[in-house]
Amino acid sequence: MSFLRETSLVTKNAFLSEKDVLLRRAAQITAEIQQGERKGYKEVLDLSSGDLHSGGIKPITFVRQVLAACFYPALLQDDSLPLDVTQRANSLLKECAGGSVGSYTDSSGMAKIKHCVSQFISRRDGGVPSSPENIFLTSGSQQALMIMLKLLFQNEDSCQTGVLIPVPSYPFFNVAAVSQGVVMQPYRLCEELGWTLQVEELRRALREGKRTCNPMALYICNPGNPTGHVQSRESIEEVIEFAAEERLLLLVDEVYQNCIYGEGTEYYSYKKVLSEMDSTISSAVEMASFNSASKGFMGECGLRGGYMELVNFDPAVLDYIHKLFNTESCTVVAGQIALDLMADPPKPGDPSFLIFSEEVESIKKMIRKNSHRTQKVLDELPGISCQPLKGGFFVFPRLHFPQKAIKCAKDREMEPDMLYCLHLLEETGLHVRPGCEYGQKTDTYHIRLCLATREEIMEDVLQRLKTFHMLFLKEFS
Amino acid sequence: MLSNRSVGVLRRGTCHVYAAVNPKCPARVLNFSPLPSFSSPHRTRSSIPAPRSEPTQRTMSQNGALPLHEKVLTVDTMNANVKKVEYAVRGPIVQRAVQIEKELKEGVKKPFEEVIKANIGDAHAMGQRPITFFRQVMALCAYPKLLDDNKFPEDAKNRARRILQACGGHSIGAYTTSQGIDCVRQDIADYIKRRDGGVPSDPDNIYLTTGASDGIATVLKLLTAGEGHTRTGVMISIPQYPLYSAAIAELGAVQVNYYLNEEKCWSLDISELQRSLKAAREYCNPRVLCIINPGNPTGQVQSRQCIEDVIRFVAKENLFLMADEVYQDNVYAEGCEFHSFKKVLFELGPEYSNKVELVSFHSTSKCYMGECGFRGGYMEVINMDPDVKAQLTKLVSVRLCPPAPGQALMDLVVNPPQPGEPSYNTFIKERTDVLSDLAEKAKLTEEILNTVPGISCNPVQGAMYSFPRIELPERAIQEAKVHLSCGLFYVFSILISLFVSIPTSQARCQAPDMFYCMTLLEETGICLVPGSGFGQKDGTNHFRMTILPPTDKLKILLNKLKEFHQKFTQQYS
Repeated sequence: MSFLRETSLVTKNAFLSEKDVLLRRAAQITAEIQQGERKGYKEVLDLSSGDLHSGGIKPITFVRQVLAACFYPALLQDDSLPLDVTQRANSLLKECAGGSVGSYTDSSGMAKIKHCVSQFISRRDGGVPSSPENIFLTSGSQQALMIMLKLLFQNEDSCQTGVLIPVPSYPFFNVAAVSQGVVMQPYRLCEELGWTLQVEELRRALREGKRTCNPMALYICNPGNPTGHVQSRESIEEVIEFAAEERLLLLVDEVYQNCIYGEGTEYYSYKKVLSEMDSTISSAVEMASFNSASKGFMGECGLRGGYMELVNFDPAVLDYIHKLFNTESCTVVAGQIALDLMADPPKPGDPSFLIFSEEVESIKKMIRKNSHRTQKVLDELPGISCQPLKGGFFVFPRLHFPQKAIKCAKDREMEPDMLYCLHLLEETGLHVRPGCEYGQKTDTYHIRLCLATREEIMEDVLQRLKTFHMLFLKEFS
Repeated sequence: MLSNRSVGVLRRGTCHVYAAVNPKCPARVLNFSPLPSFSSPHRTRSSIPAPRSEPTQRTMSQNGALPLHEKVLTVDTMNANVKKVEYAVRGPIVQRAVQIEKELKEGVKKPFEEVIKANIGDAHAMGQRPITFFRQVMALCAYPKLLDDNKFPEDAKNRARRILQACGGHSIGAYTTSQGIDCVRQDIADYIKRRDGGVPSDPDNIYLTTGASDGIATVLKLLTAGEGHTRTGVMISIPQYPLYSAAIAELGAVQVNYYLNEEKCWSLDISELQRSLKAAREYCNPRVLCIINPGNPTGQVQSRQCIEDVIRFVAKENLFLMADEVYQDNVYAEGCEFHSFKKVLFELGPEYSNKVELVSFHSTSKCYMGECGFRGGYMEVINMDPDVKAQLTKLVSVRLCPPAPGQALMDLVVNPPQPGEPSYNTFIKERTDVLSDLAEKAKLTEEILNTVPGISCNPVQGAMYSFPRIELPERAIQEAKVHLSCGLFYVFSILISLFVSIPTSQARCQAPDMFYCMTLLEETGICLVPGSGFGQKDGTNHFRMTILPPTDKLKILLNKLKEFHQKFTQQYS
């Protein structure tokens, strides 16, 4: 293996565009293997996105049975499907105009499903009330986020709206913000302390932001993507206090709320923590919380089911949000159904309960195992450091590159972690993403791997990574 | 074909969504120049308290809400463009209809037994059955275990296997690429080529969308730039589909109206385009012409000659062309035929086909499918500058991917059962039934409406709507104008009617046809959309009515409408 060999495909980093070189090269390699070209590996393993089904995890049977019955109600005629499946499908179809999932629904989602989601939230938060009026179903949580950004955008002032965003963070949020004309003001998560969020840093970022824009909102991702951290209750309280003090609206991405595996780690929703704070705060801080059917045990990314809950919003603004939803016709019905099933899964005693809970448990176990195993392997490798993994779908280890590797990358006008990822893909067939796409402290380098894949695949991944990493270090030492 | 792009309407540097996330400097603040509103005056923020609407209890806990001016996001601090967004198809009439339905359920006495919604192009809601083959394949894709079942025809299974094969982890629950599943794009390209008599189509130019509206809004966003006199102007027909005006308002682009010729069956005159363009150039930068063919709400089908003229016009005037062709299978009138803009463009020769930038939209929601809830759709972009296309690709990546079930359904629409396959006969029968039923209802609607004195209806040549003109007595118009100064009056009256049973028909709104439609709803339960929601020539009044209700219901509806109109005319004359 020679890293000095010119790979003709890259001259510069290109990202999130049709020039996504890693993605293209991964597809090329797959095609080459199919055409019989020999590589040191049998297939490309894609750990680039948090997609359970692509990672080989089977969908939840109950979910798919209900979906199939809703799509093709003739299936309800015979008794091949469990009773709770047919009951659920019937009750959902009853809510659809003309009894068809092909009809438009209310633009912010079916009333029944909004109600179901609000109850789910209330249960999750130990009884904190949640009103269906504040729930908006969307085609994926990303759409909900876009709508919030759209509302925040200023077109009348010389000063643009700013949003404080974490570094590192999920890059699609950044693209979304840019496309809505909103300025991003980065705040750094403290890697050394397990990617914690520190109010001092928020304060610094806000101060800096005020020089160039009008910061109106604070974006939080908890559990963190790509960092795998989970905020403590105290940390959430601090953030809320900060938001109240500085009059910032909170945009809280909580799509990984169902995915907590760190020992002793507990998940607190912002809504719950907010509700338990002093009334001057709990009734004042405006918050939008996002969740989706794409993550957790559901993994139904392709169905595009997401929602947001708005807390403490001005009723007049809510009216406009409804209007905005009206122009978007309606939310994908399949996605809405997925949300209904996520929010109201089979209960003990239901015919599907046993299989359902086994499937869910096995997915949870798999991610937990993968995270422990990954942590262990990474901790043993030289030149890699990895903060404790607590939740979410991803691990974001730091790579300590030899100077020679850094120079080699710079000569090629490339970020060192991009160089690493490209060669990792080339030599081992692993498709992971470089830290430079998520933002990172200057002169630190990372990669992001997805943990949501079958255990044997994860084992294979770790072996490939280990072998490659050692060779890489050797090559550049 | 894309070699000489110097004349492109959309080029680098003129494109709204431009700043890229630069992986080299992660901590950089991505500056993006603000887009000052074209028309709205500057205001000082937060000094004016937001107007309070109903004091619904929406605060988080039992605690009373803080005064509104302390909110971060108020009507005064939010995006001002959002305030201008109106969407008649789901406007106040529809909200009232929903409320009346509720009242009926609660046993409130009305002069009718049910609300008939003829306001929206939602075929399944009106009782149209889904196409069996489509739903079989969708069920198989959702729950592949059914592939082992002998309940499903072989061709449905094959189609499902093929789609699943193209999905990550063989699941429609996996993300697809943001442009859409490769094999679906290939099938769409093949379909377009077949439809257009062999004109080539490149899968690279196909983008799957979340219904056509998503595509339309995205392209408009891409086109919107500049400020003041250089702000993008978007030419739309009047009457238009309010999706366009809403998107334009939201983006802060400039709406440029051109009027369809009602006297000539809602046809499009090039001279009118010319007039409208010339006038618009005085105050903005018109860059795009939107055409809906077959027309919504007007139901006309453009002639080939007219399409040719439009293409010549946009080529000459250097305009970007957006062709909304979601009703391409809905053509009923004799002598009318659907011609795609793409086909005509290529038949005009390389002088045009290498130059004119065109985006065409299609969806699963209309035609004979009526599958609105799946949100399937695609757009084909032609002659788009490669750099701009890269931006488009990035822009669509923000929503990660269009819904996979919608993509799968779109695939079935462009690649339905073929002769010889087990589902072929049923499929053809179902499709023909739907389309001939619609054709019959189109005719019926036109005929009955034209028997009513004071209503004149152009032939419904295509799409799903009639847009008849109604003559309203002068006194009715005056009545309607009583509350012109008070836009909130309607909302108010609804609120009042919640507590006191005052019929909301007493609540007159500014547009006479709004008044007409609201009265109609209160007295007959028929839900239509007033012409003012779509735009119309000053002094004329219309309504849009779908032809979708089942024939027997449609007949009842039309006769009730007839009766109502006569009564209404009498009452106010």
